Amino acid sequence: MGSPLLRCLAAALAAGCLSAVCTSASAAGDVIRLGVAGPQSGDLASYGIPAARAAELAVREINAQGGVLGRQVKLLVEDDVCKPEIAANTAGKLVSDKADVVLGHICSGAAKAALGIYRDAGVIAMSPSATNPELTQSGQYPNFYRTIAPDDAQARVEVDFALDTLKAKKIAILHDKQDYGRGLAEFARRFVESSGGRGQVVLFEGITPGAVDYSAVIQKLRQSGADAVIYGGYHPEASKLVSGMRKKKIELPFISDDGVKDDTFIKVAGAFAEGVYASGPRDTSTNPLAIKAVAAHRAAFGGDPGAFYLNAWAATQALLNAIAKAGTTDSTAVARALHSEFVETPLGKIRFDARGDAEGVGFAMYRVQKGVYVEVR
Amino acid sequence: MDYFLELFVSGLTRGSIYALIALGYTMVYGVLGLINFAHGEIYMIGAFTGLIAATLLSWTGLPPLAVLLLAAVAAVAWAAAWGLAVERVAYRPLRGAPRLAPLISAIGMSILLQNFVLIAQTSDFVSFPALVPEIPWLAPYAAVIGATEVVIMLITAAAMLGLTLFVRGTRTGRAMRAVAQDRTMALLCGVDVDRIIGVTFAVGSALAALGGVLIGSHVGQINFAIGFLAGIKAFTAAVLGGIGSIPGAVLGGFILGWTESFAAGYISSAYEDAFAFFLLIAILIVRPSGILGQSDAGRA
Repeated sequence: MGSPLLRCLAAALAAGCLSAVCTSASAAGDVIRLGVAGPQSGDLASYGIPAARAAELAVREINAQGGVLGRQVKLLVEDDVCKPEIAANTAGKLVSDKADVVLGHICSGAAKAALGIYRDAGVIAMSPSATNPELTQSGQYPNFYRTIAPDDAQARVEVDFALDTLKAKKIAILHDKQDYGRGLAEFARRFVESSGGRGQVVLFEGITPGAVDYSAVIQKLRQSGADAVIYGGYHPEASKLVSGMRKKKIELPFISDDGVKDDTFIKVAGAFAEGVYASGPRDTSTNPLAIKAVAAHRAAFGGDPGAFYLNAWAATQALLNAIAKAGTTDSTAVARALHSEFVETPLGKIRFDARGDAEGVGFAMYRVQKGVYVEVR
Repeated sequence: MDYFLELFVSGLTRGSIYALIALGYTMVYGVLGLINFAHGEIYMIGAFTGLIAATLLSWTGLPPLAVLLLAAVAAVAWAAAWGLAVERVAYRPLRGAPRLAPLISAIGMSILLQNFVLIAQTSDFVSFPALVPEIPWLAPYAAVIGATEVVIMLITAAAMLGLTLFVRGTRTGRAMRAVAQDRTMALLCGVDVDRIIGVTFAVGSALAALGGVLIGSHVGQINFAIGFLAGIKAFTAAVLGGIGSIPGAVLGGFILGWTESFAAGYISSAYEDAFAFFLLIAILIVRPSGILGQSDAGRA
């Protein structure tokens, strides 16, 4: 009555729990989890939302064709607001939600904070946009890959453009003191100084993002006698600098990075954005997969996609293709597949080198003409 | 010499905005003994209201100066209402509580207002139209000073003067000074303390909103997060000049603006914040209650 009944009930309960655990374990095996980590809100959301949309649409296509290894792909989208502190939490959450691979993070600082967590959990992360070179070159994060060229390649393009095309001799370099901007600025300074006398750095300064006004540093720009400005950082500060410069009648060419090659920059800076140069991923508008991907965005969301959309699509494809080719979600096998297998993406046919950088992806220079970014040939 | 002048003007502009916001901090501290951390967000709300009002008004085809004035009036009125609401919701219920409680309430209010605007408006940076029309005879000096900077300085001077006259010359101003000196005694003398505190918040918020509209016009873009750094800097300015003292807030604002500007121009803009705070520490060591502040022993 008391004891035997209770014991029976306990056994039944335990059996029930076990079977529930078993079913959920096999249910877990039926889905491949793709984590998507990036800013979905906050002032840098315009960098993360297109990537999340690219993952959504790419996964929808792949699922419609039967998924990967016969399993459907499920998206786990998390918001890290491009802040390192929050990114660490996001990474922890994705790991505990059993993400098999992660598309992210978007910002270099956030990626740096999260990669250690993914590495210790054996999860591969691929970023469509984090360009800080250390992430692949330091060797600390063998689980990190990216479908965008690192910042030293970007700085190289900017400096060569300034020295060779614009024939500038005195370069002023500004940055926003954060991982991405300062990293780029340091590379730009190194390249200008080692250019064999073709140019010299007359100013190298960091500005505080979010400050009330930047007129002091703009006056310093004029005082330095520079004939071109290279800025490393994101579009809010870039547009404040450019409008401040133009209002004070400083007409120097303003060269910036892929954080500024964003339509939000043109929208906010308005007429002052005219003539601004920015480096960005190479133009892929003739690639048939790219055309299809952009059309899919227009159909689903109305309007053209934003920054890093094609890079994110390529990353999603590369990750899922590697899982398919490896036949498992085990990270060692997937890593081997990423290094050895080519995959056709909107960016072209790519695979990844030993450090995790994508082979076949590069940067080009763009200029704002009549309110639109146009590639400079 | 040119460079010095440029940095001087730049510091004056920045300092004026700090002064406008610092006045709100200092008045509330004088009357309530509370640091209103939500004040920076009132500045931000003023900027957004000014933008919305200016956009709506620009469709009516009024001349730009009229648009600027009306947008400023709208921003000021709306921000004053917000200031009153914040006081009623976050501080009045805690009137008798230990000092820490309203401080934490203030911080919470600041976070709430930031996120409210983030959700109600947008997380994007929004373009702010240049509302101040160009002054033709100023054009040759565009490198040093522009129309917006002149307007900012004039408005700050007018605000300073107006506020001093208000506090010295009117009955409400005298009541404010009384409440700042000794609240219980003022109550016993028949001063409606609740109303006076409300007026203090309203006036402080109005000035901050003015600063918001001006800085939006000057910089060309605003965002829900602009209140944070501006608020901290203005608070520093208020403490520098002597918290509780109205001329102190203005002096603190200008000193802070000039220090940042000259530090950025002659040394390095990466360290401009460090110089500003270093100055604060130095002054507080020598004069703990700020430059023009009265030490607590002097208060009744």
